[in-house]
Amino acid sequence: MILDFLFKPSFERGVHPPQFKETGRTPIRRMPFASRYTLPLSQSVGRAAKPIVTVGQEVLRGQPIAETAGYVSVPLHSPVTGIVEDIGLHPTLSGEWQESIVIRAFEGASQEVLYGDPVDVDALTPEQIINAVQATGMVGLGGAAFPTHAKLAAPKEWPIEHLLVNGCECEPFLTADHRMMVEWPQHLITGTKFAMKACGAKRALIGVEDNKPDAIAAIEKVLPDDGSITVHAVKTKYPQGAAEMLVKALLGREVPAGARSYQIGVVMQNVGTLAELGRLIPRGQGFIERVVTIAGPGVSKPGNYLVPIGTPLRFVLEQAGAPRDAVEVILGGPMMGAAIASLDVPVTKAISGILVFDRSAMQKERGKTHPCIKCGECVNVCPKGLNPSTLGMLAAKREYDLMAERYHLDGCFECGCCSYVCPSNIPLVQQFRVAKEIVRERQAA
Amino acid sequence: MSKIELRAAPHVHAPRSVENIMFNVVLALMPICIFSVWQYGLSSAVLIVTVTATCLATERFFSKASGKGNTLADWSATITGLLLALTLPPSFPLWMGAVAGFAAIALGKALFGGLGFNPFNPALVGRAFVQAAFPSTIASFVPAFAQQRFTSFVPSTWTAPLMIPTDNTGWIKDAAVDAFTGATPLGRWKFENFTYTTHDFLSGAVTASAGETSAILILLCGGYLALRKFMDWRIPVAVVGSAALLAWILHLAVPGRYPEPLFVVLSGGLMLGAVFMATDMATSPVTPLGIWIYGALIGVLTVVIRYFGGLTEGVMYAILIANAASPLIEQFTQPRAYGTAKTDTAGGAK
Repeated sequence: MILDFLFKPSFERGVHPPQFKETGRTPIRRMPFASRYTLPLSQSVGRAAKPIVTVGQEVLRGQPIAETAGYVSVPLHSPVTGIVEDIGLHPTLSGEWQESIVIRAFEGASQEVLYGDPVDVDALTPEQIINAVQATGMVGLGGAAFPTHAKLAAPKEWPIEHLLVNGCECEPFLTADHRMMVEWPQHLITGTKFAMKACGAKRALIGVEDNKPDAIAAIEKVLPDDGSITVHAVKTKYPQGAAEMLVKALLGREVPAGARSYQIGVVMQNVGTLAELGRLIPRGQGFIERVVTIAGPGVSKPGNYLVPIGTPLRFVLEQAGAPRDAVEVILGGPMMGAAIASLDVPVTKAISGILVFDRSAMQKERGKTHPCIKCGECVNVCPKGLNPSTLGMLAAKREYDLMAERYHLDGCFECGCCSYVCPSNIPLVQQFRVAKEIVRERQAA
Repeated sequence: MSKIELRAAPHVHAPRSVENIMFNVVLALMPICIFSVWQYGLSSAVLIVTVTATCLATERFFSKASGKGNTLADWSATITGLLLALTLPPSFPLWMGAVAGFAAIALGKALFGGLGFNPFNPALVGRAFVQAAFPSTIASFVPAFAQQRFTSFVPSTWTAPLMIPTDNTGWIKDAAVDAFTGATPLGRWKFENFTYTTHDFLSGAVTASAGETSAILILLCGGYLALRKFMDWRIPVAVVGSAALLAWILHLAVPGRYPEPLFVVLSGGLMLGAVFMATDMATSPVTPLGIWIYGALIGVLTVVIRYFGGLTEGVMYAILIANAASPLIEQFTQPRAYGTAKTDTAGGAK
């Protein structure tokens, strides 16, 4: 239809923040190797891994250094060829000190991946694929950091019909998924097939925001002929990449409140996750480096870098030419990402982007906070159909139970649309975060 | 990278701010004020200035007294002042205008906690106050485009404080405007069954309050605000639409008794009220369905008050009543949350 572009599938409401996606035009580059790598044993949801190396032991790049400790747990692999220097408490992104393995890289090592156990992928059963996925140490790369194998293995009583592949990347600045789709479409399709087989989905739908036509074109070229995998342009609108929003856009359905997507026969995976799986599983290798977008005003060499897990953040920022007067460093996108307190922490598996804001950019952001003038803009943009205006007023009155019981507080996934548009600069998302935590504590008590 | 700041997401913000919204409303009111001065001359100009200055002074006093710091910069008190002045007759004595301005901010806004906390539109609270206090003065008008309007004030303008307004009969006679009756179109319709032509309204050539006269100008200014998203277009559409619909039904039912819908829409303060006062953010609902109901309520109440009530004009009370109903409307029109079956009425039984 000729008017198709006007009716791209999407969700209701949402916002259109400026994109700042210039880094999407340049290829992925490799970041030079640092001298020291710190690998926290817990980099995902679930149990921390158990070290299988000892201090002083020499390790190869790609060699397993920590094993799983239960089902919802993933192993760790050494990102470099070097020597284990320490196993002990080190600072991490959350501010907490965590058990970590520190590896000093051998200078002059070629840093090729020498470790691997190639497998005949066609012969694998769904269970074997799930085990293979766990063996890679893969976690959701979109930022959720949920172990991928656990997500693929939905409970048996809920048959999976659709695999939804999330290539929206709706956060401003971030382009890592975009570049992976453009550069590694074949890996993405291979990984998608693995995931379909593992979860039992007959159909896979890849959803890509229509601001990435090159990614859509690259994927279309390598789609299998049987039509089991299709790629769909969805509207460029934040937060299109949120799981519930993409379900709405691609399937026209909503995930019932309080339910998980597998309960409507849907499993969702990020494009980066599947592209990595498509590359790693056939080679029997572990996940040791990831594509990270480094951008923000003042970064002199912004772009997408292939960064080994465990690289010190300070080293990464120096390599990308981050300004010395940087005052805010954000992990992830500007809408949902967290600002970090220290640069002396390592890059972990879930970091999709590192944004650096300098003082001038920060000052633009800062505005005076006023009382709510009930303009209603937050209601107009909330993708979950909540009423942030009323929720915010209730939060100010500490009516947390009322918020939860009557105003769907638990439906808020903290996308930030309400705070983004609020002309009074009320930190709505922050209020809801606090409220949710208090409600959770009260319910537990 | 010596100093790092920690702040909660989101780290970007849309350009719209309270100051920005309010300032644009002030901008949009400017052409209407200028037109009012062009129509009514010096008296209108000093009335607008006096009322606005009183509002600003009152706001400053209360914001200081309540330790809020200077709240004049958010422009909201300026809007209240301008709007209030535009709803008053141009010959309104200045001291009464000052009373209206004080009442608007003190009783309509500061009493409730200032910006955002007021349940009623402050400008209309001010007007309702002086309507009750000075009922005859607020119903006396002077002709538009009087020839001496830029050389002399209407005598009542400079009435000494607490005094009965000076008689304007001589000034109106000097104005040499044909067939000036001193009554508004709504009044003439109500008591003489006389209706004006559409052209009279669109050009502003009728007797009215300072800012009520040119529908075209109000629509243009409102259109600017709506296009730039500083105003919710749904409210004026609902107000005017529902008023016109009800007027049309009544007109069809009893054609000789009730005027055409266009007369209802263009006369009195309906346009100004629908575009600039019903749209006051703090006093209107935030829920999409609630906005339509609120707007429709204003339109219907306006027609009902005008046709069946004792007053000639109904917009002010219609908006004030709808303001009062706004929280209730909002309670029963909560949006449907994603993944829930139907609209949950937050106010309903659990």
